[in-house]
Amino acid sequence: MATDADAALTVEGLKKHYGGVRAVDGVTFSIRKGSITGLIGPNGAGKTTTFNMIAGAEAPTAGRISFMGRDITGLPTHQLFHLGIVRTFQLPKEFAKLTALENLMAAAPDQPGEDILMNWLAPSRVRAREEEVLARAEETLKFLGLAHVRDVPAGNLSGGQKKLLELGRTMMTDAKLVLLDEPGAGVNPTLMNRIAEMIRTLNRDRGYTFCIIEHDMDLIASLCDPVIVLAEGRVLTQGSMAEVSRDARVIDAYFGGELA
Amino acid sequence: MDQFYGYGIYAISLLTVGGMYAILTLGLNLQWGFAGLFNAGIAGFFAVGAYVTAILTKPEAPEHLGGYGLPMAPAIAVAMLVAAAIAWAIGRICIRLRSDYLAIATIGIAEILRLILKNETWATNGPRGISSIPRAFEYLPDPWDKLAFMALVLVTVLVIYLALEKAWRSPWGRVMTAIRDSEDAARAAGKDVESFRLQAFVLGSALMALGGAYYGQYTKYFGPDSSDPASVTFLVWVMLIAGGSANNRGAVLGAFLLWTIWSGTQIVTGWLPREISLFGVAIPDVPVRAAYLRIFLIGLVLQVVLQRYSKGILPETRPAVLGRRITRGPEPGRQG
Repeated sequence: MATDADAALTVEGLKKHYGGVRAVDGVTFSIRKGSITGLIGPNGAGKTTTFNMIAGAEAPTAGRISFMGRDITGLPTHQLFHLGIVRTFQLPKEFAKLTALENLMAAAPDQPGEDILMNWLAPSRVRAREEEVLARAEETLKFLGLAHVRDVPAGNLSGGQKKLLELGRTMMTDAKLVLLDEPGAGVNPTLMNRIAEMIRTLNRDRGYTFCIIEHDMDLIASLCDPVIVLAEGRVLTQGSMAEVSRDARVIDAYFGGELA
Repeated sequence: MDQFYGYGIYAISLLTVGGMYAILTLGLNLQWGFAGLFNAGIAGFFAVGAYVTAILTKPEAPEHLGGYGLPMAPAIAVAMLVAAAIAWAIGRICIRLRSDYLAIATIGIAEILRLILKNETWATNGPRGISSIPRAFEYLPDPWDKLAFMALVLVTVLVIYLALEKAWRSPWGRVMTAIRDSEDAARAAGKDVESFRLQAFVLGSALMALGGAYYGQYTKYFGPDSSDPASVTFLVWVMLIAGGSANNRGAVLGAFLLWTIWSGTQIVTGWLPREISLFGVAIPDVPVRAAYLRIFLIGLVLQVVLQRYSKGILPETRPAVLGRRITRGPEPGRQG
């Protein structure tokens, strides 16, 4: 387990109970700065609930989440964004009426033009920042290979293109920790390889720390180290993919008692 | 000559009141068109604007609160601030509600406001209302007083239109569209969704109060019946939906168009004979009966417009980034 100094995110005793259902029941782990950490586990293990709590979409019943040494338990999603925690969704949620370009521009932080008064009082400042945001969005579109659909409303993009746009949103800000919810779900193998390559590039060149929920074990094996295995709302084990895949408890959790 | 004078006065009144409705419709466009907030209590904010302005500008009167004798501009500013404060308080509680629930809440609040204004007789003179409300420029000789007041209203409409258009074309407008498209994605992109919605609700309500302030001045009288939901809330909604929601130009167009129909039919009903006989059956009090048909007619106009233009006469368009022209792909279809 990582020490506090090199942990980007630490989760301690995290619980989420819905009435009598214990979706997450005392999860403790930490994510090392600069790592690509995988979060795996069978359906109902509590991965998405854990993810939602880290991303500020749901408040934990108990436990503590800290980011770069700071307690962030219960902070809303939009505040976490400004601290550098950015999430994507399993089913892409795009701004359907905005073009691909505008989708990215909308995700840029520190825009004076988002304050309605600034547009009337300081239009030149708004314009100057808008030029910067535009340049960054164009660059991001190129990186994603979406330059050809720049002016297409995002609602008309293909599923894969929307997936890329989700990743692009994280690149419009100086993200520190990116939470990816099943980046490979519903994506063809070619695109999946490209997404994996982008994740590696962002990790290496921009120093993003990633936490990835994924069901595709090949993707996890090729990208993630370490891998944290959740089962029945608790951490079962963690380690490299090679280590955890040899662990009998992991196989048991995935295939249930009958096969074990 | 007299006849032309009459037509001229009518045209001025048409443009003046049409302009007031344009202010209300622009306010609703900010709330519904941009932010997706269903405000069914327009009449409440309208009444607050009229009453506050009337009380602050009138000289001392025994039958209601008054005697502040404030000049017009600061009185209207206070009226807008009062409406904004009420909207803020409502918004803090209700803004998280889904649009249909917000509609129910705002209907209730408008009704509460109406009952307060009707029953707090010491302040508002109760059901008898406030009369002799001072109007801007009324010291000018006829018809210049009416012309000057019309100009004031129309200039106000223009200023609001330009300000809102600027906002719509800005990153602020982009965030408003983004929030209507996907609230979750807007949060994930760092936007404080509640705060943006609250802004739109408060600003829109302040504009509705401005419309009410002008209306009270124009008619020089304002009572509990002046903010009848059928002629304020309902009509303003029809104006926005027919003109084009989320389009400032559509809002202004809808306001003037519907007001012309509404006001024109009032004249037509005045021309009708007192009694007509249809298939041998005598129908008495035709003008009185026809007056109620006007509400039906407005509904019919909305139906016809929406059959022909499903998103209003001037539908929503996205402005180009930094005003640079681009060729946009087709609009996305409805998706799950």
